[in-house]
Amino acid sequence: MTQAVQNAQSRRDFLAGVGALAGISLLPLAGCARSDKVRVGFMLPYTGTYAQLGVAIENGFRLALAEQGGTLGGREVEYFKVDDESNPAKATDNANKIITRDKVDVVVGTVHSGVAMGMIKVARETGTLALIPNAGVNAATGDLCAPNVFRTSFSNWQPTHPLGKVMIDNGHRKAVFITWKYSAGEQALQSFAEGYKAAGGTVIKELFVPFPNVEFQALLTEIAALKPDAVACFFAGGGAVKFVKDYAAAGLKNNIPLYGSGFLTEGVLDAQGDSAEGVITTLHYADSLDNPRNKAFRAAYREAYGMEADVYAVQGYDTGLLLAQALEKAGGDISNRDAIIAAMEGAVIDSPRGRWTMSKAHNPIQDFYLRRVENGDNKVIGVAWKGLEDPARGCNM
Amino acid sequence: MDPHIFLIQLLNGVQYGLLLFLVASGLTLIFGIMGVINLAHGSFYMLGAYLAWSLTAQLGNFWLALLSGFVLSVVLGMLLEWLFIRHLYRRDHLQQVLLTYGLILIFSELRSIVWGDDVHSVAVPALLAGSIPLTETLAYPVYRIWLSIICVVLAAGMYYLIQHTRLGMMIRAGASNREMTQSLGIDIGLLYRLVFAFGIALAAFAGMLAAPVSSVYPGMGNQVLIICFVVVVIGGIGSVKGAMAAALLIGLVDTFGKVVEFEIGGFRVLPELAGMSVFVMMAIVLLWRPEGLFGARLR
Amino acid sequence: MSTRVRSIALLVGLALLLVFPLVGDRFYVQFFSKILIMTIFAGSLNLLVGYTGLISLGHAAFFGIAGYILALYSPDTAAAGLLTSLLLSVGGAALLALLIGSLVVRTGGIFFIMATLAFAEMLFYLFHDTAIAGGSDGIYIYQRPTLMIAGWQPLDLANIVHFYYLVLFFSLAAIVSIHTLLRSPFGKVIVGIRVNEQRMRALGFHTYRYKLVCFVIAGALAGLAGYLAASQFGVVNPEMLGWHLSGSVLMMVILGGMGTLVGPVLGAFSLMMLEEGFQSITKHWQLLTGAVIVLVALYLPRGFAGLLPKRTGNKTLPPRSKGGTGSSAAVDRPYV
Repeated sequence: MTQAVQNAQSRRDFLAGVGALAGISLLPLAGCARSDKVRVGFMLPYTGTYAQLGVAIENGFRLALAEQGGTLGGREVEYFKVDDESNPAKATDNANKIITRDKVDVVVGTVHSGVAMGMIKVARETGTLALIPNAGVNAATGDLCAPNVFRTSFSNWQPTHPLGKVMIDNGHRKAVFITWKYSAGEQALQSFAEGYKAAGGTVIKELFVPFPNVEFQALLTEIAALKPDAVACFFAGGGAVKFVKDYAAAGLKNNIPLYGSGFLTEGVLDAQGDSAEGVITTLHYADSLDNPRNKAFRAAYREAYGMEADVYAVQGYDTGLLLAQALEKAGGDISNRDAIIAAMEGAVIDSPRGRWTMSKAHNPIQDFYLRRVENGDNKVIGVAWKGLEDPARGCNM
Repeated sequence: MDPHIFLIQLLNGVQYGLLLFLVASGLTLIFGIMGVINLAHGSFYMLGAYLAWSLTAQLGNFWLALLSGFVLSVVLGMLLEWLFIRHLYRRDHLQQVLLTYGLILIFSELRSIVWGDDVHSVAVPALLAGSIPLTETLAYPVYRIWLSIICVVLAAGMYYLIQHTRLGMMIRAGASNREMTQSLGIDIGLLYRLVFAFGIALAAFAGMLAAPVSSVYPGMGNQVLIICFVVVVIGGIGSVKGAMAAALLIGLVDTFGKVVEFEIGGFRVLPELAGMSVFVMMAIVLLWRPEGLFGARLR
Repeated sequence: MSTRVRSIALLVGLALLLVFPLVGDRFYVQFFSKILIMTIFAGSLNLLVGYTGLISLGHAAFFGIAGYILALYSPDTAAAGLLTSLLLSVGGAALLALLIGSLVVRTGGIFFIMATLAFAEMLFYLFHDTAIAGGSDGIYIYQRPTLMIAGWQPLDLANIVHFYYLVLFFSLAAIVSIHTLLRSPFGKVIVGIRVNEQRMRALGFHTYRYKLVCFVIAGALAGLAGYLAASQFGVVNPEMLGWHLSGSVLMMVILGGMGTLVGPVLGAFSLMMLEEGFQSITKHWQLLTGAVIVLVALYLPRGFAGLLPKRTGNKTLPPRSKGGTGSSAAVDRPYV
């Protein structure tokens, strides 16, 4: 229903644009009908591989607002959407659509790191408030940090950093790291290597698969030849399913324990089946996290959408909480940017993932949980790192 | 490299190459016999994998899914040929490129509508679920070995069909001279329809067979398409033998390219460049022998 | 339909494009800048596909490399000079075209398609898999190039309207130069090659050189488009070199009608506006785009340009004769 309204809206805008080209200016109709509603734009993937993530984030965000009576600081909210298709080549273009065409006050996006970079670029140019509900690219709260850019998820540096300590605690001193050859993979590797070295471990080999290739057989053979104490990895989605299955089928799982950033086993456990049993990961959330806040959230989410919440829904939810909290403090005045930014910087979010605060570079300072796959569930077996803060290299805020 | 590991890597390369052959052979047949460039070939690989997933879920049996999936894709192939492809035989390559590019978009959206955008996996059938231990740490999945055997059997069958049967003779005749063959009283329309359907079914079949080892995901068709073109061009357009040789070559180059670091004239070649290596190979072949390894000589 | 109606239509179209930024919404000014950039890109490919008969599936290589050159040349905090960076980008694209062209122009037909694809993919993986320029994420250009002539700034490219007019100027210039080129003796030889290369060779023309020059010009023009695209979006990533982009620009050329001057313009406008329109109707908009492409392939062999009233006298290009180039059916087929 809202989707249909939204479509009608953007169709009208499109026709207005075409009309304008034909010399009939429909300008007064199309733009500038600014009311005193808060204009929130979702720049998320609604098609393609990450479509589900986009939907989960939006659902979470809307749930957070619904719990506040559907308003932000007492003001009504108008939603706008653009499907970024997880296509970096269209990123600045799509960001322009939502920021320049729809003139939103705040943009919520996105999942894909490359696309997020494009969005940040436009947000920095226009000064529009941008909230990142997933993309982990370090630069967002590092080199490119900006007063108006906040992240409610994680930086790529975070999830793999605690792994090293965990592996040393389990007595694995020599490890192989394997990932896709792309920047998220490289950032995950770097932070893992830092943490592992600091704890006294040695990365004996770094293996890369061209992204998004999923033919791992040659590298699995290489791992068998190297005989490390353990393997750490960074994969997600389809690649994660395939890697975990191949790892088990190659007989490696019984001899060399597999560790990974939590995304290795998020949302793909059904597809991975038995082969994922026993895999150890670190992440800032787990579905089965045992706290009342999480239970209430999951029940409400199930009630509202008829499906189970996941880490992406939590991130969307927290984005909603953050914005609601900030607008509340700013008295519902979205134009009072300084007050809103100050409120966000000082925010304490009581999240299903546990309480977290905002770092100076605008990235969550949060706990990372140690999880083990048991009976098709990421079971929390401890806290791998309490209050982990991204080093925010290159950020001068 | 330890000789033991070397042999296993060799096996990996051959196994990957054989699977590539299976996908690419349909493309080279359609190319070579009908002169049609089918950009949508990868889509049928993707459709095959999704068919395997949904049919296995519905029929509860992988083998049944394989059989019914194959029949379905032959029917789909004949339908597509009748609807679209047959109008293009006398047209420029460009129209074929245009039409089949359109089909890529259509199939990818249809997949999204029918099956969604999720990643799925297909369980390896119980019969082939085990692994054979090779070293103390490494085992080889039985399914992959079986897959290789199937590929070899299919390749041999295809070769026999084309070289030694009456149907194969008609196909070869139709390929070298459409009009002449027609005047000999052979229903060339039907022949082409069969070739197209069979070529497409091969791609879908490859997708179905690969589903248990590769998992099922939306972008899998596009990924395989380009590499198939490389196989076809290196092997020689229309040559099944060539496709086999090229697929094995690519399988090996890709496998060893990922794990071996070496130096050429002081310049260190890193595994990072493995992605480029197949295209470098293709460029070299095109410049040295444009007709491909097993294509007939040009000019 | 007479020449007069045609010229009037042309003038009206031009006038609309000139006036549009003054009345249009900011977003659509950017949208049309993007389309105009694609008309340059499609026009350059049309020179190869439509006029010379060389079907390239790797044309994005030149588009992308120009973007990468601008990104690498641009300082992090300041803006690059327009003239120098433009010269470098277009020159770089032309050089690359010379390099690749000297190898691939020897082949023809399907082999040419594949060879161009191979080289473009090589470049794609070079930028995608190594850390040269941000790997798969690409790199950003934080400030658009500036035009300074002795301290005077005639155009502020950060201003989207100024940028639009710059793009409009370049796209008109590109069309006019392609038109002039084709009217020249050189252009006649090029078209002759497309129709029957052997005959041209028999007539004593060194066809290899002609094709190579054409390839380089097309590469340079694609570089111009890539340069403009990179400055507009401020981001350069491997997708800019990928076969998907090569494929969609080829779609624009074929859809619009190849071998005609207006074809690429029609193709770029229609494909991009259709996509924009479909996206506002449905989530599964690619289904509609795909259907349009299929229908055009089946029923409009000469593309959208085929729908236009024919000009009296002159017209579309003569058909290609069989057996003329390496792409004829006899060569492409058979050896099972």
